[in-house]
Amino acid sequence: MSIASTSVIQIIPRSRRGVELMLLLIAIGVSVGAYVNIGITVQDKVPASTGYYAAGIGLLAFIAHMALRYRAPYADPVILPCAVLLNGLGVAMIHRVDLGLAIAAEARGATPRAPAAPQQITWTAVGIVLFLVVILVIRDHRRLQALTYTAGLAGLVLLILPLVPGLGADINGAKIWVRLLGMSFQPGEFAKLCLVVFFAGYLVVKRDVLTLAGHRFLGLDLPRARDLGPILIAWGVSLGVLVFEKDLGSSLLFFGLFLFLLYVATERAGWLLIGFLLFAGGAWFAYGTFGHVHKRVEDWLNPFNEQGVGQVANALMGQAWGGVLGRGLGQGRPELLGFYGQSDFIISSFGEELGLTGLIAIILVYTLLVERGLRTALGCRDIFGKLLATGLAMSFALQVFVIVGGVTGLIPLTGLATPFMALGGTSLVANWAIVALLLRISDQARRPQTPAAPVSDETIAMAVQKQ
Amino acid sequence: MSELTLTLIKLGFLALLWMFVLAVLSVIRSDLFGAKVDARVAAAPVAQPNGRTPKPVKPSKKKKGQPGSVTIADGPQAGVGATLGEQPVVIGRGSDCQIRLDDDYSSTRHARVFQSEGEWWVEDLGSTNGTYLDGQRVTRPVPAEIGGSIRIGRTTLNIAK
Repeated sequence: MSIASTSVIQIIPRSRRGVELMLLLIAIGVSVGAYVNIGITVQDKVPASTGYYAAGIGLLAFIAHMALRYRAPYADPVILPCAVLLNGLGVAMIHRVDLGLAIAAEARGATPRAPAAPQQITWTAVGIVLFLVVILVIRDHRRLQALTYTAGLAGLVLLILPLVPGLGADINGAKIWVRLLGMSFQPGEFAKLCLVVFFAGYLVVKRDVLTLAGHRFLGLDLPRARDLGPILIAWGVSLGVLVFEKDLGSSLLFFGLFLFLLYVATERAGWLLIGFLLFAGGAWFAYGTFGHVHKRVEDWLNPFNEQGVGQVANALMGQAWGGVLGRGLGQGRPELLGFYGQSDFIISSFGEELGLTGLIAIILVYTLLVERGLRTALGCRDIFGKLLATGLAMSFALQVFVIVGGVTGLIPLTGLATPFMALGGTSLVANWAIVALLLRISDQARRPQTPAAPVSDETIAMAVQKQ
Repeated sequence: MSELTLTLIKLGFLALLWMFVLAVLSVIRSDLFGAKVDARVAAAPVAQPNGRTPKPVKPSKKKKGQPGSVTIADGPQAGVGATLGEQPVVIGRGSDCQIRLDDDYSSTRHARVFQSEGEWWVEDLGSTNGTYLDGQRVTRPVPAEIGGSIRIGRTTLNIAK
């Protein structure tokens, strides 16, 4: 076999900020379009607040864009527009359910609840502020590697925080909330970010040991028994979250993230097998022991049981009514799910009003977001950055899979926030921080590398002679 | 509002949503295929038609016939290399490699050159795109000789004294 060409093609890196601006304009156009559409169909007029909504979301997106232009010029051009689109659509749908709930309350003669959409816009602004802080403060993601164990400790503390008496609050059966200054937060959302940093930093150091093969079984190299410690600890902590905080979603997310990063770091499929067995054992234990887990599985298997129609049944009916093209924005009845039509079940609200066509588009936007995250990991030059980007991207992927799978009846429903869309301040703010970190890594990965100084023949000859 | 208008608004919005998805896809596509290439470098004559021209050999006091260094032959990284001492030399994209390639087609730990039984060997470390020694794919450790050329991705490395 002869070698065709030996010339190295030099690709000129482009910053692609102009393309990002164009995509942002489309994303804002879609969001404002949704808002106007809802106004027209529900209230029969273009809502007066359209200007505020458009200016707000446009300004926030523009600020984030300018920060990238000056501080991370080579960052991926697709990530920010995708996040802005999801956030904008989420606010529009929350506004739509607000309107529906207000109409329903009026019909009952009750006073309507305060609308949630303005609150969500405020939280978006807080999220963009954190985005700016991350982009401006973290100039090089590799500095985070020094904080590996600090991040691990912070993650654990944040996880345990809701269990502290007097601070934690029990909302809808799950003890994942912290009440402070009259507001409630979900520290688990930030624990996710800290733990990904910890997992990445830890696996960079330990991956060589964890790669060592032990027994061979069914064509898979299983790890050695003495290396099982870390995965058992991760499993134990996840089960602990399930037992003490009754939070199925976070428990699944943390274990899934650790398992996935372990697999990526070691390239050993044996870990996946062990992880799956541990997960199956934990799931069986939880199903048999905890009433709330048992009920979730029952609701999944028989959503239309005799004891009245549950949330899942309502969501499935809504999506079926939506069909392929949907009822059209403002023409469904997502308010029948109440508050959940804005939070856990917001995907089902979209399924009802935009149909399968719209839902596929939304899931594709998530897919593109995750794909760009994984692409960043591929292009990144240091192993810590690779693992960090993979972990951050996978946190979106896992969350979307778990919640969309739950809402559409593929897997038992577990309460996780739909990233960027669902009503909830902490989740939104944490997700903006994650996106900022991803963009920081991708700036580093796509930035042109200064070629290494060539070594002349003489230097090599001298080096050889010295030996 | 008439049924027709509502349907048109509904379809229009779905089209707008999909337009965003398609715009993103086209941006990703242009990132993959439409990258600008430095015309000057791309048009530069291919210096070594076969990629196996040995480097001019400098006289050295080393034992005759034993390779002494591995050096990148061309491209922006030309001249970057490592001397072959006691330690094996790992070549790849990773930061822990002795020779770090800036080549998208190479794996993180792509290949290594190591000493065993008084001889030098080239071994592929399970890379995605393979390692070639003098045009032959390296499937098991093969002896490295002076004047041989290793191709990894788009990069060629010369083995010299």
